[in-house]
Amino acid sequence: MPVPILAQAPYLIASVQAALTDADLIGLQNGLLDEAQRRRCQGVIVDVTALDVMDSFSTRTLQSLAAMLRLRGVETVIAGIQPDVAMAMVRLGLTMPDVRTALDLDEGLAYLQAKQQGSAGRGQ
Amino acid sequence: MRAVDDEMRVPIDGELDILTARQDARELATALGFDGVSQTLIATAISELARNILKYAGHGEILLRSAARSGARGITVVAADEGPGIADPALAMTDGFSTGHGLGLGLPGTRRLMDDFDLVSKVGSGTVVTTTMWARRP
Repeated sequence: MPVPILAQAPYLIASVQAALTDADLIGLQNGLLDEAQRRRCQGVIVDVTALDVMDSFSTRTLQSLAAMLRLRGVETVIAGIQPDVAMAMVRLGLTMPDVRTALDLDEGLAYLQAKQQGSAGRGQ
Repeated sequence: MRAVDDEMRVPIDGELDILTARQDARELATALGFDGVSQTLIATAISELARNILKYAGHGEILLRSAARSGARGITVVAADEGPGIADPALAMTDGFSTGHGLGLGLPGTRRLMDDFDLVSKVGSGTVVTTTMWARRP
């Protein structure tokens, strides 16, 4: 099932609704890269609350997405990794050290907003 | 929903089969009384094993069955393929080693997710990974 991408300027929010196929994940990656460019957004949140498994492929794809967006000046937040999913990821050896994570969508948005205000303040 | 048998066989021929195997394992694990955390660990292990089958052998199967040992209940996952086999199983169990351009976490990571782990592979004839998780006693 493709992941809907919502625009909440200046951010994009992708809310994963159900287990993703590899093709869905690649589609999400490409869709977010395109939309981030088109809407000149400053941050992206991928809400994975609904994901019951994050394996090496999905983790690697999200890490690549975050790295690609960072090179474009856009920060990515992965929000809502469930406690048992986090446990399985760490046992597997997947710790996503270079990607910002947040407890849930609200925390992710609060982080991006605080960061934006911080950088606006420095610019004055 | 299908009836949950003591044994389920899931052919792994494409990426959608990874999701099917994960879902079937959750159903069997639920029926056997595993808690949610254990179900997630098992489903994640199956995801890695099924990916290995697709990546290295192209196709194979995942067999799920209940297990019993001195009063404890378990779930056994067998991932079998008739692919190229693994030349050096000890090396394949090393973190970071991969011939498939992945992270190299598949087999050693799967071993950390489950309780028992056994790898039998023969170059030219295939690989069988047999792994079991035992239910925690309440």
